[in-house]
Amino acid sequence: MKKLSFLLIMFSVFSFSQNNVQNSNAKSTFKVSGVCDMCKFRIEKQSIKIKGVKFANWDKNSNKLSIIYNSKKITLDNIQKEIAGFGHDTEKFKAPDDVYNNLPECCYYKDSSIH
Amino acid sequence: MRIKFFFIIFFIFFQSFSQDLINGSVYYINENNQTIFLEGVNIFWKDSKVGVISDKNGKFSIKRIDSTNKLVFKILGFKEDIVEIKNLEFYSHKLSPEIDNLSEVIVSKRKNTIQKSYFKTQNIVNVSSEELLKAACCNVSESFETNPSIDVNFSNAVTGVKEVKMLGLESPYLMITEENIPTIRGASQVFGLSFIPGPWVESMQITKGTGSVVNGFESISGQINIELKKPIVDQPIFLNLFTSQMGRLEFNFLVNEKINDKLTSSIFLHADKNSSIHDDNNDGFLDHPTYKGYNFFNRWQYIDTEKGLVSFLSFKIMNNEKEAGEDVSSLLVKRMPWTSEIVTKRFDTNLKIGYVNPDIPYQTLGFQFAYSNHDQESFFGLRNYNIEQKSFYSNLIYNSIIGNTMHKFKSGVNFSYDDFYELVDIEKNIFDRIDRSIGAFFEYSYDDLEKISMVLGLRYDIHNNIGSFLTPRFHLRYQPKEKSVIRFSFGSGRKSSNIYSENQEIFSTGRKIFNKSKVGKFYGLDPEIAWNYGLSFRQGFSLFQNQGDITLDYYVTDFKNQVVVDWEKQGELYFYNLSGSSYSKSFQLEIDYELTENLKIKSAFKNFDVKKQYNSGFKENPLTPKNRFFTNLDFSTKQNSIKSFWKFDFTYNVVGVQRLPDHTQQKSFNGYSPSYFMINSQITRIFSEKFEIYLGGENLNNYKQEKPILDSSNPFGINFDSTIVYAPIQGSMYYIGLRLKL
Repeated sequence: MKKLSFLLIMFSVFSFSQNNVQNSNAKSTFKVSGVCDMCKFRIEKQSIKIKGVKFANWDKNSNKLSIIYNSKKITLDNIQKEIAGFGHDTEKFKAPDDVYNNLPECCYYKDSSIH
Repeated sequence: MRIKFFFIIFFIFFQSFSQDLINGSVYYINENNQTIFLEGVNIFWKDSKVGVISDKNGKFSIKRIDSTNKLVFKILGFKEDIVEIKNLEFYSHKLSPEIDNLSEVIVSKRKNTIQKSYFKTQNIVNVSSEELLKAACCNVSESFETNPSIDVNFSNAVTGVKEVKMLGLESPYLMITEENIPTIRGASQVFGLSFIPGPWVESMQITKGTGSVVNGFESISGQINIELKKPIVDQPIFLNLFTSQMGRLEFNFLVNEKINDKLTSSIFLHADKNSSIHDDNNDGFLDHPTYKGYNFFNRWQYIDTEKGLVSFLSFKIMNNEKEAGEDVSSLLVKRMPWTSEIVTKRFDTNLKIGYVNPDIPYQTLGFQFAYSNHDQESFFGLRNYNIEQKSFYSNLIYNSIIGNTMHKFKSGVNFSYDDFYELVDIEKNIFDRIDRSIGAFFEYSYDDLEKISMVLGLRYDIHNNIGSFLTPRFHLRYQPKEKSVIRFSFGSGRKSSNIYSENQEIFSTGRKIFNKSKVGKFYGLDPEIAWNYGLSFRQGFSLFQNQGDITLDYYVTDFKNQVVVDWEKQGELYFYNLSGSSYSKSFQLEIDYELTENLKIKSAFKNFDVKKQYNSGFKENPLTPKNRFFTNLDFSTKQNSIKSFWKFDFTYNVVGVQRLPDHTQQKSFNGYSPSYFMINSQITRIFSEKFEIYLGGENLNNYKQEKPILDSSNPFGINFDSTIVYAPIQGSMYYIGLRLKL
């Protein structure tokens, strides 16, 4: 019986710890500029690496980025600011020109349409 | 979003099954520096029938194929481009307008394209259904002839069963799962793979070395996962007929029906028969058994993407009767003939439910439930062997993340119950055993989305006969450059020792069976425990503008305990616990290269060092080739407008010397079997996407073991032995078959 309870504890520890964190989970969807699948890979990868962001999914056609983040760790404005810092304009922030100019050729969203 | 859910749910069950689709677009830059998307561009895999045309937005979506990774972009007025796509999911291609009339072919390097390698952390070889078509025939145990990761041996001169080996170890040390549910274990160990019809299989994933903790603690040398064709993606009707000059007849009929948006169903039928009698080596024994059997499979797939639910329910019935032994009609002396009959009946059912939280897509829950009843009744000469196994298996898997989606985990519990009832007639023995285990697992995986990924798994099991134990497993992948990957793994595994069902060939001998162990829970013997360590390196290269890669694998399996099956003494067979060391060290060098666009070569050299401590000394495992060499050539002609073409496949196998058990050693070979080679070949004529005919031969060089059965004239004597088989018993085998897809 001791062993069995050990099993159950092992299994439930992570599920519970997840549930506790969920209270601070926030969801948001906002526009991030991009035109291609390279952009998708870049936007999602850079977003996920921002501290506090748990999940990121960017839709190419609508240019909408859906994220789940911990609102205690980071604000939505800071997330948008960081994403703009990687070269992709967001609803509130513009990407710096020098970063934009260094994007891969296919990602020049100001000059081309979604491809 | 819906589609995304669907794939995530899929992922729960088919962690290793990836939907290999490449999405992309094709465009060009005009004089005013504007991006213009091109409609009507022909995009196809080089020299294949798989192609698509870009839509009005220049978009395309193409399924990855196995035979090539060269994608051709072709449209009038632009230069034709051929691009190598290695591990991409998305690809945007820029075409250049054709300025001069030189129709040069440009092999363009990927520059401004998206590169995301999708390499798995584990060392997994995916075998697609196309690859399965290359093998001569019919069931999964015969489908590894064109694959160097798995070796196929002939294990028995009476029943003709082909046993598979990985890393030099027999199939009981492999975990064989069907859609990630452990299936071929215990009673079905020997014949199980031969009961899965090849045309039912969508793909197989072969994991070398230690596996994942999610499926259990049993895998030791590796894992083979078999994915059957899915109702939702398969063609509506498929028919396959096969016959060989040895009298084999096979029939497969697959139907898939979409009932409504959420529900699809499939029915698979298989029947096989061979009633022809061959005794080409004139030893009085049939070269292959006569048999008849059928399989029936029905599956329901339910998907509700809004609620994030996917579910599978399936039923399988299998029935097989084999007869083997002496050819009664040609018996010269007046005595009782030595005959054998094996009747197997099996029923399987399983239910899988997957759920994705629609609000939090990285949280998924999966539940698997399986029940099977395997019943074998058989006799081999005067020996009876009956086994009935009732199995129950369930697994609950929860997937989520830690922090962000770079850190994922799987956690869950599983329960398994096996009830064995065996009648072993040698000493009028009945064995009744129940194996029960409950276990919890946790598997953490990390992916830095660039160079490093790893999987760290741990499980704890409580087993009524093995005890309570931890099973750690670890996988690391490091990709320093785009075309170089290093993988490392280690982990432990253990299993029940089902000595009779795993070694059924012992019954077709006159040997007296000894098992003096009394303390252990498995016929007096202890469970088998081993550690496996592996290192693998893969390097891609390009030579004369063609692509290839080299893979080096080195795996060590180190047994802490093993049940030794000792064949070394004449007329006797011993089972005992290992005292001392037992290991298997396997090395493999594999080179894949495209000689020309239509001709691919796959070549492998393997070296096995498999030794263990017997009572009579530290020896190589008998009947295990030290070296093997393998070459496969694959050639296909260009397709014409109705997509008809020819495919040619050629396999050359060299099997090195194998140690023969002490008493059977022949002086001329210094105790080893001779080395030999075998040639298999197949020609397929594809008339259209719907119809094809194939024709082929196995063992075309007609190599045979002269006297596969020892003392065949005295089958009830103590020296009778049909298990010392190191080469084919039958000579060349020719076959023809057809496939019809509607």
